Formats: sequence, structure tokens, C-alpha cells
Amino acid sequence: MSKVKSLKCRECPEEYEISPKYVCDMCFGPLEISYNWKEIKKSVNKNSITNGPKSIWRYKSLLPIDGNDVIDIGTGFTPLISADNLSNFLGLKKIWIKNDSVNPTYSFKDRVVSVASTKAKEFNFDTFACASTGNLAGSVAAHGAKAGFRTLVFIPSNLENEKIVAASIYGPEVVAIKGNYDDVNRLCTELAETKPWAFVNINLRPFYSEGSKTVGFEIAEQLGWKTPDHIIAPAASGSLFIKVWKGFNEFFEIGLIEKPKNTRMHIAQPKGCSPISTSFNEGKTHPLPVIPKTIAKSLAIGNPADGYYAIKLAKETRGSAHAVSDDEIVKGISLLARTEGIFTETAGGVVIATLVKMVKQELISKDEEVVVLITGNGLKTQEVISSLSAPTEINPTIKSFEDSFPNY
Amino acid sequence: MRLSKQLKFTFRGKSIQRPLIYEVGHKFKVTTNIRKADIESDGGWVILELTGSKEEINKALDWLKEEEVRVDNVAGDIVAG
Ligand SMILES: Cc1ncc(COP(=O)(O)O)c(C=O)c1O
Ligand SMILES: [Zn+2]
Repeated sequence: MSKVKSLKCRECPEEYEISPKYVCDMCFGPLEISYNWKEIKKSVNKNSITNGPKSIWRYKSLLPIDGNDVIDIGTGFTPLISADNLSNFLGLKKIWIKNDSVNPTYSFKDRVVSVASTKAKEFNFDTFACASTGNLAGSVAAHGAKAGFRTLVFIPSNLENEKIVAASIYGPEVVAIKGNYDDVNRLCTELAETKPWAFVNINLRPFYSEGSKTVGFEIAEQLGWKTPDHIIAPAASGSLFIKVWKGFNEFFEIGLIEKPKNTRMHIAQPKGCSPISTSFNEGKTHPLPVIPKTIAKSLAIGNPADGYYAIKLAKETRGSAHAVSDDEIVKGISLLARTEGIFTETAGGVVIATLVKMVKQELISKDEEVVVLITGNGLKTQEVISSLSAPTEINPTIKSFEDSFPNY
Repeated sequence: MRLSKQLKFTFRGKSIQRPLIYEVGHKFKVTTNIRKADIESDGGWVILELTGSKEEINKALDWLKEEEVRVDNVAGDIVAG
């Protein structure tokens, strides 16, 4: 019997055969992979996982992949670092940093794209596509190159040059769409309806999004097969946030960890685009779409696909949701760099700023363990760090050095 | 050629008090088939299928935007970070 059963609607009882499909025909709800847990349980245990490769593929039996040929550029099994300096600074017992900024294309998106590209091969697609303003574009281009796909990356025409380079180096067609973010959305939806392509976050979305579960798997494994008291995760569509939790629950389902009933899930968003956090804090069940205006471009998703589920999860786990200002984001980036030697992009700044806020609001007690998700690399958003002090200029003499730096 | 689009309309402020879904079906040659909705006093949303020619659908969507209705894909934003 196969380990993957079907595509199941999250909103109604409809089920569909495994295929590149993402919405339910009956109720338009999102589709999700349904697994055969009994079957999976027979072959997966702590040993089988720890003996696997040091990448997301150690969890292949828990992903919607049938064969053995995976597109592997070295994604995952990223470090979980004990952030002792930051813990001391904030007066907490233990902060762990899940450092996903060291993935092959420097963001957690490599996880979702590894799964999407592998599945696209299994479905026999020859063209691989995405619409992105940054991290996803680079990851799709890199995996497309490795897999030998024809790759198309759609971007808004006003995207910064560094981000275009970070995708175009891998040789995809980079298509810059004139118009705003909504125009890119509309065109790509129409293209996905008419072209026979693997569009990673459209028709492959149920498979693609499963890649984010591996963040939850890794955290639980790296903590010694348990889950922490708190998780703080950034949210754009809200997918990563809900999938980390799904990862914990699946580990529980197959008997690898205890029920994660004491783990609280907290959402981090930038103030300039916080549809999920705003609705959570107003007691609403659904996010109201917004027009994004924030320096955290990787989190600038105005109409989050999984917003409803993210709000529900934060509620169910007695978690919380936060929105932080651009200024707080930059301070967060700087704090992490200065305490832990990790340079994260704006999404990581949003998470650290949220952590600082939660400590001030006493939402984390001193003896609890927190895992914060650092999902992208600071080299990608250097433009936001303009206010650092300039280097101190000296003449090429010892005297000039000692005059300027008397303490050394 | 007739097309079907699966959309989410979000209403806020004054747009909530008018029968806009009824009106759009009368002003344009489109049919609306509602699947799910949640309306409160200060705003709400409707998930529906809009069927018609591409031209009529586009006209209907332009008009809805003038009436301050936000129109999104049911599956959320396609563009990702
Ligand atoms: C660096 C980074 N962190 C977090 C996210 C959030 O992802 P999700 O859409 O799964 O909420 C993104 C997505 O674009 C990202 O690029
Ligand atoms: Zn359904």
C-alpha cells in the first residue's frame, strides 16, 4: 500500500487522486495530502531517521514523494543554535535559533522547492515556474537548474537588481511584469490555468507546502525528540507557521515524540503587512486582505492563503500574534548579529523584534525554552541597514591607530 | 468562450450595505455562484464562482473595484516572498 492516500479537502469531505491540483471543486477549499500513517509507522523510527542523509531527505518517508530520485542541492538539517548571549541579554533561560538562512539559496524556501521540484519530476512536467519578489525566485531557479527543467521566474518589474541577480545566475527565464503586485498575481493565476507548467505555489501547492514540515521535524529531533515551550515563526502566507506544527503532530502520530500539548505557537508579522496578526488580535477568524507597505518584503503578502488556519492554530495552542515596526525590524536584525553572530534578513528581524516584545510583555517565563525561526539571510536585504556607523578612517601609522583607538 | 473564476470578494465600509452581488449579475452578463460567506457589520467576504465571457468578467471586476470591493484569488496571493 502506498504511504500517500489522496488529496483531501481541508473544508469538506471531498477527496481527489494525487495530481497537480490545489483547490476543491466542490467548496473551493485548499487541498492537503492525506497519508497512510499505519503504513508509514512500520518503516519510520528514530534510527531510520538519524541514519538518513543530513538534509530534509532524512524525512523522505514523511513527504509526498514516491520514488528515490530527489532534487537535492543540500537543503535542510540546518543548525539549531543555543543562543546563550541573546538569552542572557533578554533574561531568558534558553533561546534556540533555528538558522535556516544557511540553506543553499539562503532561505527556508529551499525546503518547499526541494519537494515541489522533486514532485514536478514525478508528474513529468518539463517546465517549472513561480511568481516571487525574492527568496522563492532564487530557490526555484536553482532547483530548476539542478533538475534540468525549463524554468520561468515571474517578478514585478520594479524588483531590486540584487534580487534579480540572485535568481538569474541559475539561468532561468526571468520575466519582469510591468504593473503592480496585483497585476503579477492576476497574470500568473491566468497562466497557471492555461499553461501545462508546474507552478510551485499554485498547482503544486499541496506538495510544495509540505516541505515546510521539515522545519518542525528538525526542531523536534535536534531538541532530543521533544518540542519547546514556545515557537516564534514569521508569517507571509502563514504556511510555514502551520506546517511547523503539522510536523510536530506527525512525529507524535508515529510515536517519535509526546503530544506537543505544551508548545505555544506565536506569529510574527511586520506592521506594514500584518493581516494575520491584526485579525488574531481583533478576535476575528479570517484575515482581512491588506496592501503591503513594509521593508520586510519577504513577508509582504496582503492576502495570505493560510491566514485562517494560522489564526486558528495560534488560538488553539494558547499562542499570540504580533506586528512590529520597520524600526524594530532593523533593531532586531542588529541585535541578533551583535549577540549571536548571525546576519538575518528582514523576516528574521521581524522574529527577533517579536521575541523582544514578548519578553517585555512577559509572555515567556524565565524558565521556558523558546525556538525562534530565522528563515533568511541578511545579505539579501542589505539595503535596509543604512544607518550603521561608518568605518573610522586613520592614516597608515601606529600612532594614528592608537590616537583613534586608545582602548586597544 | 465562457470562463469560470473562483474568487473572494472582500467588503468593507459602505460597500457592505448594498446588494452588490445581485447588482453585478444584472449589470453584466455574468452569473454568481456563492460557496461560502462571512459578513459582519463592519466588513465581510464572499467566496464565489463568477462565470461569463472573459470580457464581461473583466468589466464586472472593474466595476466592483470602483465600488470598493477587493477581489482576490480564492487560493490567496500567488506571488510569494
Ligand atoms: C525569509 C522568509 N521567511 C518567511 C516566509 C514566510 O513564509 P510563508 O508564506 O510560509 O508564511 C517567507 C516567504 O516568503 C520568506 O521568504
Ligand atoms: Zn471541499
